[in-house]
Amino acid sequence: MKTICILDYGIGNIRSVSNALTNLGAKPDITRDPARIAAADGIILPGVGAFPSGMELLHQHGLVAEIHRYVQTGKPFLGICLGMQLLFDKGTEFGTTDGLSLVPGIVDRIPVQPGEGRLPHIAWSRIARNSAVPDVMFAGLSDEQCRFYFVHSFTARDVPREFVTGALDYLGHQVIAAVQRGNVWGTQFHPEKSGPSGLAVLTNFIGQC
Amino acid sequence: MRVIARLDVKNQFVIKGIHLEGLRKVGDPIELAKAYYAAGIDEIVFIDSVASLYGRNNLFPVIRKASEEVFVPITIGGGIRSVDDVAQALDSGADKVAINTAGVHNPKLIEDVAKKYGSQCVVASIQTKKVPGGWEAYVDAGREKTGLNALDWAKRLVELGAGEMIVTSIDQEGTKSGFDVEVAQAINESVNIPVIISGGYGQPKHVGELLKRTQPSGLCFASVLHYKTASVADLRTVLREAGAPA
Repeated sequence: MKTICILDYGIGNIRSVSNALTNLGAKPDITRDPARIAAADGIILPGVGAFPSGMELLHQHGLVAEIHRYVQTGKPFLGICLGMQLLFDKGTEFGTTDGLSLVPGIVDRIPVQPGEGRLPHIAWSRIARNSAVPDVMFAGLSDEQCRFYFVHSFTARDVPREFVTGALDYLGHQVIAAVQRGNVWGTQFHPEKSGPSGLAVLTNFIGQC
Repeated sequence: MRVIARLDVKNQFVIKGIHLEGLRKVGDPIELAKAYYAAGIDEIVFIDSVASLYGRNNLFPVIRKASEEVFVPITIGGGIRSVDDVAQALDSGADKVAINTAGVHNPKLIEDVAKKYGSQCVVASIQTKKVPGGWEAYVDAGREKTGLNALDWAKRLVELGAGEMIVTSIDQEGTKSGFDVEVAQAINESVNIPVIISGGYGQPKHVGELLKRTQPSGLCFASVLHYKTASVADLRTVLREAGAPA
């Protein structure tokens, strides 16, 4: 049984990620303990809320160095929602904050203009897969089934195309739905809240662990 | 557009009434949630319909159990009165909290929860009744007037940090005679956050009547699902035929 560590840095609703892993036959370990992190077969960085407070909490708990150390071992790492946004170089919410720089890109507010539509983008949205990259993340899913639950107001830009595994159009603006750079995965959507399709993504992740 | 199942719960039973009153038992909340999940529902809203009368929410164990097997967003409402209640709700497995009564009595609660857990987890709940010249917001499961104009209150809730809004028409709730399209349109056009409309669906033409006027972000269904008048797939078809991709 694979042990997947869910990083506990005082942010987000981690019970649903934990429930999903249990449901899929993995063993969730909610922790910030360096020894348990190092021993895990895979790591999930969950998260909701604002970029600066997310990074601040990771620093506070000494997790930034732990994350980098872990990623260097080549073992799988998945950031979800804010956890994906923190993978990039910088966030611009409430001033500029340095991210984890595991994937190139800058996280900005989706530039929705007044009268154009609503934020947050809270919806089930169909994504378009990037056919130019190997499809591990969405393996086994049809295009129809690539429909996931999103809740966010920010998205990454300037992400090299080879790291983008899925994207969607929200009111004419590109939203990066998912990224993969080697063993580092990120999903803007919540796989743990996206029904059987989301569970399939988590199954694919566990399969790499 | 999201298809949302709404489960009003009293003493561990899903109940259904008319105008939020005259409640009748229709089933077990966990079993119904699991059934709707299996049928492909987009989201589930659990409301403890007597919580604010008794001053507490009794749904945490239900949410804990449901969230072990239901992997779509779960909102919990009814009797959420403090940041601690929200912490307990999220810890039980809810993703969002719907706040009505406590937000009216203490608007700062909305602000505090949004600051601590993010706007995405704050669903402002507004219960409306038509009055001359507009709509009034009600609390305590549709029993108490607030004196607040529903439109003004909706705008204020956005300023306070609500990330989403659920609008329940007490006039239409449980009647199966259609949504209150007037209030739906008025509130949906007054705010720039996603709005969910609840109360009144009875037949497919009601969705068409609503969507002709305004495009909410989601629709709540209760009676039709509980009494198996329509399946989740049927409702998706209804939405698609009314021009809303679901």
